[in-house]
Amino acid sequence: MEATKKIRIALAGKPNSGKSSLFNQLTGLNQKIGNFPGVTVDKKIGYTNLHSSLEAEIIDLPGIYSLYPRTLDEKIVTEVFVDDKSAYYPDAVILVADATNLKNCFLLLTQLIDLQLPVVLALNMMDLAARSGQSIDIKKIEKQLDVPVVMINARTGSGLAELKQALVGAAHKPSKKIYTIPEEIQPVVQQVRTHFNLRSDYEAYQFLQQPDNILALKKDDRELLKTWAKEHAFFPAKYQGAETVIRYGFIQQLLNEVTMRLPSADWKKFSYRIDRVLTHKVGGYFIFFGLLFLIFQSVFAWAQIPMDFIDQTFASLSGWMNGVLPPGPFFDLITQGVVPGIGGIVIFIPQIAILFAFISILEESGYMARVVFLMDKVMRIFGLSGKSVVPLISGFACAIPAIMATRTIENWKERLITIFVTPFMSCSARLPVFTILVALIVPDDKLLGFFNLQGVVLMGLYLLGFFAALLSAALMKWMIKTRERSFLMMELPTYRMPKWSNVGYTIIEKTKAFVFEAGKVILAISIVLWVLASFGPPHEMKQAEDTVRQQARTEGLSEQQMDDRLAAARLEHSYAGKLGKVLEPAIAPLGYDWKIGIALVTSFAAREVFVGTIATIYSIGSTEDTVTIKARLKSEINPTTGGPRFTPAVGFSLLVFYTFAMQCMSTLAIVKRETKSWRWPLLQLVYMTGLAYLCAFITFQVLK
Amino acid sequence: MKPGQTAVISGFTDAELSVKLLEMGFLPGTAVRYNFMAPLGDPICVSISGFDLSLRISEAATITILD
Repeated sequence: MEATKKIRIALAGKPNSGKSSLFNQLTGLNQKIGNFPGVTVDKKIGYTNLHSSLEAEIIDLPGIYSLYPRTLDEKIVTEVFVDDKSAYYPDAVILVADATNLKNCFLLLTQLIDLQLPVVLALNMMDLAARSGQSIDIKKIEKQLDVPVVMINARTGSGLAELKQALVGAAHKPSKKIYTIPEEIQPVVQQVRTHFNLRSDYEAYQFLQQPDNILALKKDDRELLKTWAKEHAFFPAKYQGAETVIRYGFIQQLLNEVTMRLPSADWKKFSYRIDRVLTHKVGGYFIFFGLLFLIFQSVFAWAQIPMDFIDQTFASLSGWMNGVLPPGPFFDLITQGVVPGIGGIVIFIPQIAILFAFISILEESGYMARVVFLMDKVMRIFGLSGKSVVPLISGFACAIPAIMATRTIENWKERLITIFVTPFMSCSARLPVFTILVALIVPDDKLLGFFNLQGVVLMGLYLLGFFAALLSAALMKWMIKTRERSFLMMELPTYRMPKWSNVGYTIIEKTKAFVFEAGKVILAISIVLWVLASFGPPHEMKQAEDTVRQQARTEGLSEQQMDDRLAAARLEHSYAGKLGKVLEPAIAPLGYDWKIGIALVTSFAAREVFVGTIATIYSIGSTEDTVTIKARLKSEINPTTGGPRFTPAVGFSLLVFYTFAMQCMSTLAIVKRETKSWRWPLLQLVYMTGLAYLCAFITFQVLK
Repeated sequence: MKPGQTAVISGFTDAELSVKLLEMGFLPGTAVRYNFMAPLGDPICVSISGFDLSLRISEAATITILD
């Protein structure tokens, strides 16, 4: 049998050119997302068969306009194309071009040709181009550029067979040279080309242009390149500018020859009409906030059913395993540590999936770009950019995908501030804590006759988090000094119907990111916490158990009651319980006792653990039923005052604490990964928890 | 410029930004149309070679146009 050969194909093109649609069409679900080593950029790889014995590995790259990157995301593209020794250097490239706007798409194309990469030009959105009255002479483009050209429709998948055929047969090293390297820098370019043994002059030129963006280069080599550039008066910005002008000159001439009629903007009129409404002075904001409200309503309303289902499934799974597996510490670990740990991850999937469904629909339709446009000026007051809006909104579901979404922000300072303040947005893990505490301390009354008072408080907590984020951002803006220019040059794409399969892929991708990035940490921590909460000094544990048994006998408690008491006693004398007691003096000013202290300790890694811990410590068994917990908490007496333990002051203090405190190990891990240092996550931990402590202290002392 | 007005680009005043503007198609001699501004007056939406782009006022200010 003939062995299957494999080639590597890179997908390139400008943003909104339909690259992702084509990627999804080519690979279907046969794709995986990893990371490029050394950088934090997602690597999307998929597989497809070009013909029966030739498999292609397809790399989807971030959308770019040229080889000169502007964001972190885009640097990887330079790396892939410019360095022929890179591990991802492709055998061929598909350049996806938006036929309604060839000019911009051809800039990158001419650069790829100069790098002598085998390129196939895939013309997408030909239908839109035709509607605008434009026709394109494809044969002429093929001849002029010496690259195969294929017409595709990335939305419907037509033209895919021709594209595959072109990749197998016609793709070849282009013979044309579009940008001729100026005479005066020829010597140094040749010097670089021989020294690094490069394939083309233009590759050597790029080495001189941006040595810092070629990650595979050693530090010495980078220094060498910079010295050479200086010696030969090679000023990167000067040559880059001249190069762009020359390329556009060539492109304009080419377009004059290959396009039959100048496009008229009539077909865009519809888009403009929508813009007039959606970016209206008053109406624009009204619609945006209305949409946000609608999204949150649906996220919480729709997610409830699957979440309850998941909760019950895992509870019964745990119960079933408890019955089947023989008792012992190892099986306890599985039934009480691992299974609930996994359940704690899975339960957030519905909310995250629904929120990203909405975000992806808004992005696909072109509305998100308008949100950036609407919000940019407001956000800049706080040191953020219009592009910070999407991460901040995503933060309401989960900070992890939200922080990953900050990669589109060009400016490092704006991006850093966005990463720093996103965890203040009340994520879905805070909701169970909020729900139970609000239900406990706020009466179920109506405000002004129709607003549910509990709902209003809950809303207030979300706003509190949001304003904390904005104010902290303003503080950081004032503290961090940067010389890097911030800019917002962003295409406003024409409005269109979202492509639903792309929405589906986004949901899968983001949910996967959450499950695998956050899930790992949550699972690991929940196991550690289980150990801390189940084991203590053996002698002391035994003594505590004996005391409870004796009490139970004298008081004549039922088996169930005794078991619950036993669990509470074990937790009290476990290592976690000891930590809670050590903490007591520190948290007493906030109105908490050591029992709440244990809950704070266990929820350090993930907030939602609070509910489960509270249930165990107040010996109501392993229930997570809100009504039961609520009733039990209500009856808890504070021994020093004789009144109830959970006064409104304590409750609000806890609510404030949970709104502000950084209690999510996975977020810290992601921040570390995205900022490439421990400095920012540690600062975030200290700042947020410090703020939480301070505000909870004030709340308790004022309300006491 | 007023909304709906068209002008021809003559050059740039900022070297650093000009490289990026050039790449987006803001070439000297190209026609640029000012479409509308964001509700708060910044950024603005312009059209260049057939597509729409949002620019901050500070960015747009570095582009000079022919009188």
